[in-house]
Amino acid sequence: MFVSSANAASTTDIIVAQSEAPAHTDTVAPGTTPDAHAPADPTAGTHSETGHAKAVFPPFDSNHFASQLLWLAITFAVFYVFLSRVVLPRIGGIIETRRDRIATDLDQAARMKQESDEALAAYTQELADAKNKAGAIAQEARDQAKAKADAEQAEISAALEKKLSDAEASIATIKNKAMQEVGSIAEDTAAEIVKKIFGGAVDKPAISAAVKAVRG
Amino acid sequence: MSNDPIHQFHIAQWVPLHVGGVDLSFTNSSAFMVATVAVASAFLYLTSSNRGLIPTRLQSVSEMAYEFVASTLRESAGSAGMKFFPFVFSLFMFVLVANMLGMFPYFFTITSQIIVTFALAVLVIGTVLVYGFAKHGFKFLGVFVPSGVPGPLLLLVVPIEIISFLSRPISLSVRLFANMLAGHITLKVFAGFVASLSAFGAVGIGGAILPLAMTVALTGLEFLVAFLQAYVFTVLTCMYLNDAVHPGGH
Repeated sequence: MFVSSANAASTTDIIVAQSEAPAHTDTVAPGTTPDAHAPADPTAGTHSETGHAKAVFPPFDSNHFASQLLWLAITFAVFYVFLSRVVLPRIGGIIETRRDRIATDLDQAARMKQESDEALAAYTQELADAKNKAGAIAQEARDQAKAKADAEQAEISAALEKKLSDAEASIATIKNKAMQEVGSIAEDTAAEIVKKIFGGAVDKPAISAAVKAVRG
Repeated sequence: MSNDPIHQFHIAQWVPLHVGGVDLSFTNSSAFMVATVAVASAFLYLTSSNRGLIPTRLQSVSEMAYEFVASTLRESAGSAGMKFFPFVFSLFMFVLVANMLGMFPYFFTITSQIIVTFALAVLVIGTVLVYGFAKHGFKFLGVFVPSGVPGPLLLLVVPIEIISFLSRPISLSVRLFANMLAGHITLKVFAGFVASLSAFGAVGIGGAILPLAMTVALTGLEFLVAFLQAYVFTVLTCMYLNDAVHPGGH
């Protein structure tokens, strides 16, 4: 009723249709239109539909099909054009940009990791080299010091050896000299003793022979 | 009238427009088509306007819709089917937003009109037919000939395939239409119980608790159905488009 009044072409048509509809269905066979009806109503079909509109389930009311199709076509076409021209390229662009950004970031991260790995390897290598080098230097220094120490020790011991032999030689000369003097001192002492005890002249060759004999 | 569960499907003329005896009036249905398009467009446009590398919540909703439709289409129809992406995405958003808008009280549900869902389904099947014949010519008829079926059986299978193909626009449209229609009627009936029982004083109000709880539960269910039907419509569209892209590929 609300719908039919809103959609009917004119209110008089509804009145005609509603008043005639029962009579139409009851007494007249479908297809044979009464003479009074036909000239007054050239669009009898639509009238009977609006007349039954109360009974027609609204979604199946074909009166509104054309209007809905038209407006659906207009709105959906506008929607499609707007989405395909503006919105979808934009959202697709956002997602694409993000994907690219993530990919480049990952690449960069991988590259940086590789660089840091290389740096670490180089560092380890250099550290090992430096250690080896330090070891070599220390070894060399140790060897040099040892050689020097050995040389000095040898020199010193040689000098000491020489001093020792010199000292032994000088001791031997002094001893010989002293021994020779011991002989003359003994001769002198013996001559003096003989002189003191026996008086008179002393036989020098005899005394020295005696001393020599005592000393062996 | 307010308790009539069918009333919500009535079409009200807003701006009368008759061309050559055909009623092309701007109705409440037209208004909600416009509203559907406006809401969906505005949402997608505004949420993506920042072009944030790190999306806001609403932007990620738009992106999820985009990627959801894109992945559904790619899985069903392959990368060759991606040329239909704007079409499928438009369909999905249109049906989804139309269903969701229909959940508001006093709002008109355009997907509860069989002519609307049927027009969308015919659009899908029409796209399949036009593209299929334009791209593959008569090879497109291979859609009706499943591979690996022995000759005599084809006499039986081909008519079945043709019938199933022809019934697609009907099943596609009736599924969406019937779900929305039945859901809204059920919701209205239960809500109507609440109103009529409340008129009987304290006992009536006590008795109205059950239908009220049902109404609340059904509202949640209807939101699920609103999304699910948009999803189903989209998935089936993708599968049908696959026939246009790869005829005889099943």
